[in-house]
Amino acid sequence: MSKPQYQLTLAGENALMLYFDQRIDPTISALVQQACVLIRAELAADLIDVLPSYASVLVMFNPCRTDHFRVQAQLQHCLAQLQNRDSQSGKRVELPVYYSEESGPDLALIAQTKNISIDEVIQRHQAISYRVYAIGFAPGFAYLGEVDPLLQMPRLATPRAKVPRGAVAIADRQTAVYPAQSPGGWNLIGLCPTPMFNPDASPAMPVSVGDEVRFVAIDKAEFLRLGGELQGVEL
Amino acid sequence: MNGFSVIAPGMLSLLQDNGRFGQSALGLTTGGAMDASSARWANRLLGNHSNAPLIECSVGGLQLRAGCSSYIAVTGAELPLTINGNPAELWAVHKVQQGDVIELGMVNQGLRAYLAVAGGFNITAQFGSVSTVLREGIGGLKGNKLQTGDLLAAEPVKQLPLLSLPQTYQPQFNRVLTLRLVEGYQAESFSVTELQRFYLNSYTVTPQADRMGYKLKGAAIRCQQSQLLSEGICYGAVQIPPDGQPIVLLNDRQTLGGYPKIGSVLSLDCALLAQAVAGTELYFTPISPEQAHNALCLAKVRTDAITSQLVSL
Repeated sequence: MSKPQYQLTLAGENALMLYFDQRIDPTISALVQQACVLIRAELAADLIDVLPSYASVLVMFNPCRTDHFRVQAQLQHCLAQLQNRDSQSGKRVELPVYYSEESGPDLALIAQTKNISIDEVIQRHQAISYRVYAIGFAPGFAYLGEVDPLLQMPRLATPRAKVPRGAVAIADRQTAVYPAQSPGGWNLIGLCPTPMFNPDASPAMPVSVGDEVRFVAIDKAEFLRLGGELQGVEL
Repeated sequence: MNGFSVIAPGMLSLLQDNGRFGQSALGLTTGGAMDASSARWANRLLGNHSNAPLIECSVGGLQLRAGCSSYIAVTGAELPLTINGNPAELWAVHKVQQGDVIELGMVNQGLRAYLAVAGGFNITAQFGSVSTVLREGIGGLKGNKLQTGDLLAAEPVKQLPLLSLPQTYQPQFNRVLTLRLVEGYQAESFSVTELQRFYLNSYTVTPQADRMGYKLKGAAIRCQQSQLLSEGICYGAVQIPPDGQPIVLLNDRQTLGGYPKIGSVLSLDCALLAQAVAGTELYFTPISPEQAHNALCLAKVRTDAITSQLVSL
């Protein structure tokens, strides 16, 4: 198998960017995940933070302890160990979802647009296991991909001012659970009672980049039993 | 409880330290004192740890009542400081007794003042930092800005030297800024002409400037690349959205973004930018990573030398 290709670029006075092939792809995401592990081990206390995304890693170091040249050499050294692998090394996480027109106000629109039943939308959303490609936008907001081509919907022309906490949503090839109430332009299909970000819990998030997520339908009673709330749905 | 109580929080007063690091993979931003240099001087004058929690008071108007004997120092933006109605100097250590009222007026120059107390405020850290990020509801007291009636715990301190920073070492906030920038990220996707346009023209700070970032107005810059996969954004990154008007991303920036970036402003200059009000004129100038490293080391050596000079007086 060929060696993985990457590119190192300056980002700032104490930051370097590691770029892989710029596409959303599980094999690229696996490289990002491997690189983060290698970089943390290699740079250790010289690191300030490592920030993975779809096909890049931002490496921030302490400029009082090291510099670009040393970090660049260390990165080249440790990244020589990168391997192309398809294997999934993240956790598998199941997230319960109460899918309904009550909890997912855009279900009907997706069904109508794609000329399938609401039940089929719900079935297809659960049928795939999704990869956590990136976490950002807000604490605990995990970008999951890729969505069944038949469910892919563009973002709303006008974002909603308030999307409730726990909203399960689709935008283009991605799906996500809103960790807190916020504005948002994604298509809402259900509600998840599992907190996606709890600063008082350890870990604060049920998922991290590279994990595999499956959604499992639950009914309203189960949703409420698990601590879900419907009152936030004012759309 | 020993400490200080908030009589009036002013326009926007936030508990801060140097920031929250190592948590970006959760989507948490760094936060931290916007003018890190002034904030560190407040702690340094009091002999505090460099990361001791202090208050960042934007625009002014903060009033505190001391609940114990202690020492305070106020640095950063120029504003009238009084203790029990008597004028007190900025960039200097002052003794306060139980019941004393400390009042910060409205800023004359600069934007953010830093009030530190001896030993630092005793605030429980979240994710390793007390820095308040309002958007995330993290840090400070329950993720909030300071409110009237808040109690900020601090240990009483009996004896401390009354150090002050001579005016020649204090930063000036009223001038045209030149922001040094380390080119990086998508710098190569900007043509030479566009880069020249960026460095030769002046920009002004718009009213859309806050702890997340400073939106600037001036010559529009075009990039061959319009959208990218979202990627990590470092402190000081200069993002060019489709309208071509640069945004300098600061302490409360979003962790990921998909707009092209030319590079990042040197942290020492970000601290000065954080004191700039709308209408401030500024220029960008490129520096090499070697120059950036040199500037950071020099700044550290210089402040350490000034500090030891003050202490030995």
